[in-house]
Amino acid sequence: MRQLSYAQAIREAHAQLLASDPRVFIAGQGLWSPWYAGGSLDNLDQEFGRERVLDSPVSENAVTGMCVGAALAGMRPIVFHPRMDFMLLACDPIINQAANWSYLFSGRVTVPMVIRAVINRGGEQGAQHSQALHAMFMHIPGLKIVMPSTPSDAKGLLVAAVQDPNPVLYIDDRWLYSATGNVAPELYATPLGKAAVRRASRFAECGNAVTLIGISTMAQHAIEAAELLTEQGVDAEVIDLRSLKPWDRDCVLSSIRKTGRAVVCDPGWRTAGAAAEIAASIMEDGFHDLVSPVERVTLPDAPAPVASTEERAYYADARAIVDAALRAVRPQAGRKGVAA
Amino acid sequence: MSLNTSTAVSLAAASDQTWLLARWREMQRIRRAEESIGDMVETGEVHCPCHLYIGQEAVASGVCAALTRHDTVWGGHRSHGHYLAKGGSLEGLFAEVLGKVTGCSEGRGGSMHLLAEDVGILGTVPIVAGTVPLAAGAALASKLRGDGAVAVAFFGDGSLEEGHIHETLNLAALYRLPVLFVCENNLYSSHLHLHERRVKDNLSQAGEFHGVPGACVDGNDVEAVFSAALEATDRARRGLGPTLLECRTFRWRGHVGASSDVDVGVHRRGELAEWLERDPIARLEQRLNGLDLTPELQAIEDEIRQALDAARHAALPAPRRLMSHVWEETTCAN
Repeated sequence: MRQLSYAQAIREAHAQLLASDPRVFIAGQGLWSPWYAGGSLDNLDQEFGRERVLDSPVSENAVTGMCVGAALAGMRPIVFHPRMDFMLLACDPIINQAANWSYLFSGRVTVPMVIRAVINRGGEQGAQHSQALHAMFMHIPGLKIVMPSTPSDAKGLLVAAVQDPNPVLYIDDRWLYSATGNVAPELYATPLGKAAVRRASRFAECGNAVTLIGISTMAQHAIEAAELLTEQGVDAEVIDLRSLKPWDRDCVLSSIRKTGRAVVCDPGWRTAGAAAEIAASIMEDGFHDLVSPVERVTLPDAPAPVASTEERAYYADARAIVDAALRAVRPQAGRKGVAA
Repeated sequence: MSLNTSTAVSLAAASDQTWLLARWREMQRIRRAEESIGDMVETGEVHCPCHLYIGQEAVASGVCAALTRHDTVWGGHRSHGHYLAKGGSLEGLFAEVLGKVTGCSEGRGGSMHLLAEDVGILGTVPIVAGTVPLAAGAALASKLRGDGAVAVAFFGDGSLEEGHIHETLNLAALYRLPVLFVCENNLYSSHLHLHERRVKDNLSQAGEFHGVPGACVDGNDVEAVFSAALEATDRARRGLGPTLLECRTFRWRGHVGASSDVDVGVHRRGELAEWLERDPIARLEQRLNGLDLTPELQAIEDEIRQALDAARHAALPAPRRLMSHVWEETTCAN
């Protein structure tokens, strides 16, 4: 099959959506720039016209609100926030407006829009150009959230998000932009709310198995970690969550029924994070399948640093997932168990 | 979709007695409805916060008279008048403030969240200036579709203290959006007078910096409001972009609830008395002099009584619907 980069896959989804549905338009900062969106929106303005590909003033709040209104008036907007940090200025239209509208008006009008936010970590960019804020939005009823980790899902989830009648927060990560993978050439939708098993557990019955649940970039790190764990005699099943809200509980719980262990790998902060929510749900609904406590791999509770030395310490990678998986498989002495 | 973009009435028709009578009926209907809601707030029959529109009726009536059914209207916490003037159902309003399933938002919204999608009210919400960018979005949708519809954002003087309204004014000017910004300057934002919030009394100029022309009109003169709104909507329909209209008016009741606020020392008694003298309905009655309005008033009162009866007899929602419509599953009406 044809290979595309993650960024090219996003661009292709936008192009095919613009070509196939006159209600679709894009608005946000950097849409006419040759570099701003990392190749994920290149030349769409040339192809589809600047009326439907609106490079906007630096007005995150009003531009997002304008897209909410356009969605209510029958359009299918995609609002683009080149850095998720900037999107915080648009919390009113996202949280108060888009997320509430369906409920407030008994579903008679909805806000079918996509809010695209880019996580852009590393590169010594510091605290206000690096944040992964998905957990904050996961808290809000009425919003759907997707975080693709492969080129194929980057395309399919954007299409599904635009086709969905609800506001969907589509979060992509610049760290993944150059990754390549198979991408089907036609317009297709990857279902929202469904996880993907990237690597099936092969010998769960031997007792050294673990489920690695990855979000966005951490799903890719989890795949690397699974290979490293094989060398340690540990068999990892890797789930790429893909959709954070709703998230695929059935997929996660059925994997834990096989492996008895879980490591949640989240590119966000630890406290009240996505991993905390998933771990709590596993405890509620999968407690009796667990043979060891759920582990979390997250960012430490600190803003993003700048210096490369501190950045390396800050961002978790496959090695951190391996360590967490080994803790789950071989509990350290002194860790309290239920029967201890 | 192609719409007939010409309004039903022309400027020349505005002085016509039939047109004036229609405005009187509309404004009186709003006032009587608001008085009924105020009564129900006082007796405790209505629990949700209600922000009454009494005193400002000429703004909603004058602006909406310049609109077609396909034009959209966006409002805030004080939008009963906008909803009724644009054609929302009276029974739907009463049932909504009572939290009934037959309410215009099926009892999910209350007074501050009104919906009448079939007449262009796609939702009012009480975040100050919250729907102003949304109105620009509806205007953008009209522009992209070329359907000739105009969007109207109603907001109070306090809204111009919000940052995103200025962002929106710039976007609307930049993209030449067919949108009309209607600032209902009733002089108070909750308990604070305009002078306690701003150095200058110049709200009609708020758009000029961004390229949005402004005009200031007497918001208690329905003919003046109408002609200014018609000019602005005509400009918008011709692709010439947005206008900001400041309508100077006064709310007779408090920020929220049924009282006049004189009792709590917010409104100054003399100031209220002055504005009562400028009653927009009484002024319209002078223009209709000689006409016996008694039967008209009786008809309005009958309509209100019937709508109230129906709303009172409607059911409250069953708690089992609590989790419905957080998300819509497959279809989308708009």
